[in-house]
Amino acid sequence: MAAITSDMEIEVRRPRRSVVVGVLLLVWVAAYFVLRGVNTLVLGGQETTGFHDWLTEHRDDVGQGNAFFDAIRIAVDHFVVLLQDVISQPSFDRPVPVIGWLGVVAVSAYLAWAFGNWKVAVLTAAGLGFVGLQGLWQESMDTLALTIAAVLLSLLVAIPLGIWAGLSDRAYKVATLVLDLMQTLPTFVYLAPLTLFFAIGPAAATIATLIYAAPPAVRLTAHAIRSVPPESVEAARSLGSTRGQTLTKVLLPMSRSTVVVGINQTIMAALSMVTVAALIDAPGLGQTVLKALQTLDVGVAFNAGLAIVVLAIVLDRVTTAAGDRPWRTASIRRKVLLGAGAVGVLVAIWFSRTYVWAAEFPSSPNVGSRIAVVTSDVTTWVQDVFGGFTYGVRDAVTNGLLNPLEALLTGSPWWLVTAVVVALAAVLGGWRGALPAAVCLLLLVATGVWHDSMITLASTVLATVVVVAVGLVLGVWAGRNHRVDTWIRPVLDAGQTMPPFVYLVPFLALFGTSRFTAIAAAVVFAVPVTTKIVADGIKAVPVATVEAANSVGSSTWQVISKVQLPVARRAITLAVNQGLIYVLSMVVVGGLVGAGALGYGVAAGFAQSELYGKGLAAGLAIVLLGVLLDRVTQAAARRTGQFKGRGEKR
Amino acid sequence: MTAQLEYPGVQDSDALLSIEGLWKVFGPKAQRVPRRPDLAALDRAALYHQTGCTAAVRDLSFDVAPGEVFVVMGLSGSGKSTLVRCLTRLIEPTAGSLIFEGEDLRAADEKRLRTLRRSKFSMVFQHFGLLPHRKVIDNVSYGLEIRGESKPDRRRRAQEVIDLVGLAGNEHLYPEQLSGGMQQRVGLARALANDPDVLLFDEPFSALDPLIRREMQTEVVRLHREVGKTMVFITHDLSEALKLGDRILLMRDGAAVQLGTGDELVGAPADDYVREFVRDVQRADVLTLRWICREPRPDEPLDGPELGPDVLVREATRLVLEADRPVKVVAGGQLLGVIGDEEILAVVADTN
Amino acid sequence: MKKLRYAGVLTAVALALAGCGGEKVGAETPATTGGKECGTFNLTVSPWVGYEANAAVVAYVATKDLGCKVVKKNLKEEIAWQGFGTGEVDVNLENWGHEDLKKKYIEQEQVAVEAGSTGVKGVIGWYVPPWMAQTYPDITDWKNLNKYAALFKTSESSGKGQLLDGDPSYVTNDEALVKNLSLNYKVVQSGSETALIQAFRDAEKNKKPLLAYFYQPQWFFNEMNLVKINLPPYKAGCDAVPAKIACDYPPYDLDKIVSKKFADSGSPAYTLVKNFQWTNEDQNDVARMIAVDKLTPDQAAEKWVKDNESKVNAWLGK
Ligand SMILES: Nc1ncnc2c1ncn2[C@@H]1O[C@H](COP(=O)(O)OP(=O)(O)O)[C@@H](O)[C@H]1O
Ligand SMILES: [Mg+2]
Repeated sequence: MAAITSDMEIEVRRPRRSVVVGVLLLVWVAAYFVLRGVNTLVLGGQETTGFHDWLTEHRDDVGQGNAFFDAIRIAVDHFVVLLQDVISQPSFDRPVPVIGWLGVVAVSAYLAWAFGNWKVAVLTAAGLGFVGLQGLWQESMDTLALTIAAVLLSLLVAIPLGIWAGLSDRAYKVATLVLDLMQTLPTFVYLAPLTLFFAIGPAAATIATLIYAAPPAVRLTAHAIRSVPPESVEAARSLGSTRGQTLTKVLLPMSRSTVVVGINQTIMAALSMVTVAALIDAPGLGQTVLKALQTLDVGVAFNAGLAIVVLAIVLDRVTTAAGDRPWRTASIRRKVLLGAGAVGVLVAIWFSRTYVWAAEFPSSPNVGSRIAVVTSDVTTWVQDVFGGFTYGVRDAVTNGLLNPLEALLTGSPWWLVTAVVVALAAVLGGWRGALPAAVCLLLLVATGVWHDSMITLASTVLATVVVVAVGLVLGVWAGRNHRVDTWIRPVLDAGQTMPPFVYLVPFLALFGTSRFTAIAAAVVFAVPVTTKIVADGIKAVPVATVEAANSVGSSTWQVISKVQLPVARRAITLAVNQGLIYVLSMVVVGGLVGAGALGYGVAAGFAQSELYGKGLAAGLAIVLLGVLLDRVTQAAARRTGQFKGRGEKR
Repeated sequence: MTAQLEYPGVQDSDALLSIEGLWKVFGPKAQRVPRRPDLAALDRAALYHQTGCTAAVRDLSFDVAPGEVFVVMGLSGSGKSTLVRCLTRLIEPTAGSLIFEGEDLRAADEKRLRTLRRSKFSMVFQHFGLLPHRKVIDNVSYGLEIRGESKPDRRRRAQEVIDLVGLAGNEHLYPEQLSGGMQQRVGLARALANDPDVLLFDEPFSALDPLIRREMQTEVVRLHREVGKTMVFITHDLSEALKLGDRILLMRDGAAVQLGTGDELVGAPADDYVREFVRDVQRADVLTLRWICREPRPDEPLDGPELGPDVLVREATRLVLEADRPVKVVAGGQLLGVIGDEEILAVVADTN
Repeated sequence: MKKLRYAGVLTAVALALAGCGGEKVGAETPATTGGKECGTFNLTVSPWVGYEANAAVVAYVATKDLGCKVVKKNLKEEIAWQGFGTGEVDVNLENWGHEDLKKKYIEQEQVAVEAGSTGVKGVIGWYVPPWMAQTYPDITDWKNLNKYAALFKTSESSGKGQLLDGDPSYVTNDEALVKNLSLNYKVVQSGSETALIQAFRDAEKNKKPLLAYFYQPQWFFNEMNLVKINLPPYKAGCDAVPAKIACDYPPYDLDKIVSKKFADSGSPAYTLVKNFQWTNEDQNDVARMIAVDKLTPDQAAEKWVKDNESKVNAWLGK
């Protein structure tokens, strides 16, 4: 008897969390069958709420003709046009840019060499040569000019902000929140209003890119500053450094390599905006992609997308090399060679200003059209061979997983969904999970697009689960095997920087117009970043820890599941978070291939003036979903973790 | 090690650095802890439970004499690092007074504090705290650079200290190219470069291999002899404390447990905690005859060899054992006591 | 790797030597652009090929015959309208209705004015791929749609027939139509024109059923002759109340909009834009050259203009 009581006590005191979650889900499903269709807050395609109309009415209230924005616009416009004059557009009464292709290749390779090493210099020259051969020299240079402008301006804003957030805890907290919002808010939401602030033209495109691209630089600068060993800072202070001296002589130099990682990510983000910015007339490769898409010309779109990927890889490798450069200053020999190289560059520039062959990229061996033809053929082949099979997969996943989940979310009353999700969040993450969940869900109701949000939520959850699963498998594989890592990286880079617009057409061919297509596109887009973070996390597990595990005779699977994954927990939490953000950033693109719901709402708001407010509300709803999922997963991860979240600051 | 009794009798007036009622409390509303006796009396766990605060330094008072090597010792987490940082207000103390050369440091403003740090204090850190992006010579001259000295001047001075700490020939290497011991020499040189009055060491050798550590300790002893600076030296290593310290402050949970010379700690532990702490010490290496001599027994002959009270037991062992009568301990012509074989053996054979 | 570097230097030198002898930049300076009297105007280019055909021909004629400088801007319609207000856009060569925007920018803000019809007729409606029209001849009557609803079931349509809608740029009445005509269909948003076209291609090739919103003129009709479903005919005013619509879409007379500023400038380009008018066939010809034959817009325009001098002369008032 006594034994039984004590047993029961243990049962009651610690009900397993998974049991509670299971019970909650069962209750939900049961309640769904009873309450199906009640209070589901459905809103038809062209219907709007008062809130939406209010937003629509006030769209134009923002700073049109405001002197401040005008000044910014003029400055940015001039800057971009100047860069274009130098490398891409005929300028100063000459039929060619100031510096022709030979000069650009020479300067770029030289800079890559000076800041990085000779390997990336060769890569740079090869990469630029390749986009030239693709027949996309001028478009690439336009893209490059815009990217450079956007990145430089981003850094101008981001680095001071990052320093501030690095030095002040409060600024750091605020910054993290705002940056999360900036990164999940769909670009489409602010694209049109931006043209109101900054008119149509390079300025609006640059600033749209800036908004999207600056966050990583802020984040990583702050992170870098906060990661400087405290002893070095104390040493400087103990010798009587002023704050300024500590900053310029200790914090900044010691943050260099991490800040460069931030710059690198900013560049990648800027390049991934190329196509979207083309919607407001940003010049360059994005235009080529969009034009090709109008006629479903996969080959040409892929060719231009490939040029973007090549530019991205070149810029990535060069910045990475620059970040990894040791502190040691140049040897005499290197200095001499650098000097000689500089002369060579000047000669190349002179040539490119003087002779037509060096100014305009030769058009004769055009690799681009070949690439386009091959791509089209391959795509057609894949479609013909796999077409039937892929439809089968789509229907199985949609009917087996997506539809039930969506039915549960959209068919339950809003208050039931809210109650269950808040309860789940509380069980999994304590009040830190429950409170944000409650706030987000109530705000979602307020946006008036609850029903659409639930549809998008279902797809997002499914996509994120797939992304995390695939990312974990690939990431662990790459993290444990150096060879795999070297091979997989360029593919991941390509997946991350290839504009999704390029693979929409083949995906549409394979899966038709459906939510599944959108999920597949989101997975392709989000898996690379998740994989990379997991791989880096696994690689960072101390060798000694793994050796210790091996020494007691653990199997490979045990090493992975009991040592590497738990130790890399931080990285994995980050990977989940980033995977989620990437999936959400594809919601709008998903709307273009049949996902409907919020993504379509945002796109429609961008295209139809009377739906602007609804589009904005849909954009906000995407942000809210992002915050909701992020906070709940973070809180759950914190609770599951063995370590107490002391070092959370970092 | 005969310097031990040469330290001046410390009076407030001639102390270089005088600490009175110093507190450092981390946590919310930290100021209330020293002010409220009920809170101040709580132990670590209770304080944390009740207020969420940790008292890293609690109510410390001591003086440091000019030229002295003052060692602060304690287990990890006992507040040593916090204490040493409070001395130059790298960490702002919560309560108490800090008097340096008659000046109230707690009243000093930012600027004055900077001036003091630039010229009067220097610190050496456990993990060196070097700047990886600067060459050795630029690390060493950092302190001179920020106080605005001209380049030739700081080169010259940096070279001097680099030679002094035995780093000559490595000026143009980067820290990452040096071994740990060499890196700490850079840290030492950097601290010496601006010719401070007080050197603060925060466990400078804990991260080094035992061999290197011993070498560096000898180096510090040598430097102390050559440049004669006042030193506040933090360590958790008792043998290091005994080797270097004129006086030793033993801390526990932020509070002082005992302050005294090495042989005082070993010979007359203030409580069980200290006794436990010094248990494994080779007492013969630390204790002097002063601590073990006894009243001569009435029947004992008093014509044995004479030794001073500050002679280490180890050094006296042979003489005592070889003598056929008790050895007399004499200071200033006065007989303090005698030592026979059993007293010596009790210390030397002590294995607990 | 040392060798590699020297090799690099050597190649550079060799290149340098080889290069001194090419044609020099600016040797044959092209005639400087811009007749004084015409000046520059900003032409928005909306994202569909038919529009691009209009833009190509007008820009070609304006540049070649009038010496204007034409700045083309690739913009979504909504933003182009906005551009009339900010002075960034002067000419829109194919406007599909947009009564609300007309009201806002022409009547209220008075920054834009209408510049007449393009002569092209827009037809919006529901279409099926050709094979369906052959296999199920009676499907073109809306009354039979319910009979075939089961054919159009997909993973997206929750058990009903699927009616695939298009680009979010267009205001569609489809939800109201489905409801008011009591059709057992669900409107599914494809989200883009690309998705629609791809769906039709797939449907025709693999003989899959498809019912979708589409429109003419469209270059895709060169590839596939979609068959329109006959909805209850349009009568003026039958679409007055959006929620009650139960009739076909109205025929659109596609027109031109220019900025007030441009209209008042007295530029010969304005006259050209105003007079510009052609037919669906004309537009389709040029669109096909761009979309299918892969000519650049300029090449396509040149070819068409050569074959249609009389029309062009009429626009120029010659
Ligand atoms: N910045 C801080 N915030 C909160 N607690 C701190 C901080 N720094 C030190 N402590 C706490 O103060 C106590 C003493 O720390 P410290 O001075 O580093 O000890 P020691 O150097 O003797 O190992 C420890 O319990 C530590 O956790
Ligand atoms: Mg310490």
